[in-house]
Amino acid sequence: MTTMLSEAGSNAVREMYPDTHPAELRATNVSAWFGKRKVLERCSLHMEARRVTALIGPSGCGKSTFIRILNRMHEVIPGAQIAGRVELDGTDVYGGEMSATQVRTRIGMVFQKPNPFPAMTIGENVLAGLKLSRTHSSDRDALIEESLTRAGLWNEVKDRLNEGGMSLSGGQQQRLCIARALAVRPQVLLMDEPCSALDPISTRVVEETITELGPQITIVIVTHNMQQAARVSHQCAFFLVEEFGEPGRIVEVNETKKMFESPDDPRTLDYVSGRFG
Amino acid sequence: MSTLTQPPKSDRPFAPGRGPRPAPGRSPRRRLATLEITASLVVAVGVATTANALGISGAIAIVAIGYAAFVAVVALIELTGTGARAGRVRARGRAARRTGEMHVDLTLEEHRPARVETRFAQPEAPALHTVPPPDDLPDVPIRRRKVGPDQVVEAGVAALAAAGVAEVVRVALHMQSLVGLTIWWYVAFIAIYFLLTRDHADAEAALDRIVTVLVWSVGILLIAVLAWLVTTVVTKGLPQLSWGFLTHDLAKTGPLDKGGGAVHAIIGTFEQVGIATLIVVPLGILTAVYLHEIRGRIAAPIRFIVDAMSGLPSIVAGLLIYTVWVSGHGFSGAAGSAALVVLMLPTMTRATEEILRTVPDTLREGALALGAPQWRLVQSVVLPTALAGIVTASLLAVARAIGETAPMLLTAFGADATNLNPMSGPQGDLPLFVYKLLFLPNKTQIDRAWTGALVLVLLVLILFVSARLVARRGLKRIGGTR
Repeated sequence: MTTMLSEAGSNAVREMYPDTHPAELRATNVSAWFGKRKVLERCSLHMEARRVTALIGPSGCGKSTFIRILNRMHEVIPGAQIAGRVELDGTDVYGGEMSATQVRTRIGMVFQKPNPFPAMTIGENVLAGLKLSRTHSSDRDALIEESLTRAGLWNEVKDRLNEGGMSLSGGQQQRLCIARALAVRPQVLLMDEPCSALDPISTRVVEETITELGPQITIVIVTHNMQQAARVSHQCAFFLVEEFGEPGRIVEVNETKKMFESPDDPRTLDYVSGRFG
Repeated sequence: MSTLTQPPKSDRPFAPGRGPRPAPGRSPRRRLATLEITASLVVAVGVATTANALGISGAIAIVAIGYAAFVAVVALIELTGTGARAGRVRARGRAARRTGEMHVDLTLEEHRPARVETRFAQPEAPALHTVPPPDDLPDVPIRRRKVGPDQVVEAGVAALAAAGVAEVVRVALHMQSLVGLTIWWYVAFIAIYFLLTRDHADAEAALDRIVTVLVWSVGILLIAVLAWLVTTVVTKGLPQLSWGFLTHDLAKTGPLDKGGGAVHAIIGTFEQVGIATLIVVPLGILTAVYLHEIRGRIAAPIRFIVDAMSGLPSIVAGLLIYTVWVSGHGFSGAAGSAALVVLMLPTMTRATEEILRTVPDTLREGALALGAPQWRLVQSVVLPTALAGIVTASLLAVARAIGETAPMLLTAFGADATNLNPMSGPQGDLPLFVYKLLFLPNKTQIDRAWTGALVLVLLVLILFVSARLVARRGLKRIGGTR
């Protein structure tokens, strides 16, 4: 019932906003440092439009760093440096053409821990991106409904839009954060372990949301959960630190089906079959 | 039998009588000692005090009588084995020694067989899971009593004994001061209470109890001081407080006249503190934002200077304004505000910075990831999240300033007539009102000073309550965390 409703909602949304075209992301030879410590080395990855790319690999191999480089959140950390190119539809996000704030409005992000703004109501949280980036919206109520519907939260919160964002459960908070990211109409959505703080039921709802959003927007998701990667993604990139102290590298990029059934690299097979990591 | 479904509650060797069990490895002799000594001490002090009351004076004589009474009571307990229940146990132990069993605790022996039986009969009982759980357990919340009757008795005994010690000290040292005696009593109470508790629990538990007592005492002391202060101000100030006091000034009131009031001082306080607050709140917030959000290159030196400023004696702030402003342009309320700004700014800045620290970084990341420039992140996310705390910080700053007297003497100077214009001419305020009237020789003026102090206290109270309400309404709008 819920699925049907939200599907109907997302169809309507697609008709309402045909101009929100997804963009492809292309990272070329990306390296990253924290101070003097190199954490990523020459990672190249093509994230195609309208597809879900999953970044998998053991902890500390640079997946989160990589995803934060894509929307210039890496540079927020003091001492962080990068090398290489990241192109959004052919435009270098680190070139002079786009400012960091512009990049971030076009490439949205959802974090590991739900972080709704406590000083705002649910409705204000959804519109926070507009307020923060000074984007104008002709019909705020419609945008709230659209974004919450796309995030699969509308039916649960439509009667309590004026309550605080912190009054929701953890899973609902995370979907609120997804709705908040969607409200600025990003072309790409980055998700850094969006389900790691959630219970299985909320995880399933978020996964459904990802599956529904897949055709509308480019999604990159970091996950530690193999099944999740297999369920939601179209292609996978496997990150690995081969020896302690070395930077992380991309070992293999492949279609998800192939990645889990017959990967090219033996290390990938070891990891996806749970032999290490 | 319901006991079958669960292991025995404890393997204590004692019968389920009233006595708390001694710590393992500790002989019950210990409790006798303290109980005896405590009881004897109380009696001895009673005797000594009675002797004193009957006309025997001289410290040595009194102490001697007290000591004699003490020895007599100890001897009495020893010989008869009556009195405290500890005495009975001791008597049994003595009987045991007489029959040749050296140092054997009879109480243990009496009950050991029963305990052994319970422990080893358990595994042979019919399968435990087949026994239906008892359904006669009441379905009501279990109330745990933190303070049992035993503890009340112990605390009472300790308090009495400590009173005895204090009495001895009073007589021996000819102490007159009540405060000194209270301190003696308190120290003795802590020591005796510790010993009493240690006798039936271990030293760790006794220490825990003592620390609890200490923490409670400090809290109570704080409340007592505040209550005493407020009571004094209210009792001395309330009789003269009337509508007239709030609507008249002292311009045409002679030293011995009835009537007159503090409206000029109230207006002055409002204007001076209000102007200072209007300047300090935005300045303090901006400085705190620079220190914690921008984290610019000179943040560390600024923080150091702000910290140093918070230690600035207020008279120095007054002197500064006197030199640069008042000596050229004359006294004025605004000059007073300037001095207050110097005093309030460090409080406001540091308190606000501490509040900003409590805003989680995940919120900042979330806002940045939505494409927010930093100033908008601060304006729309950080400051609203910290709003309640910032209100509190402003209040701390106002509270710091509203009672300042010394710098106001050098800047606003004080006046008896109402001066509505803060920009020129001497202006009164409540601290100056109190300060100037309190040292005058006649009662009417002194009474007025107390009423002024009362009005000042009430002002601060109203400010606190209203700020709390504002902050709470802000929180309510957001809703709590789940």
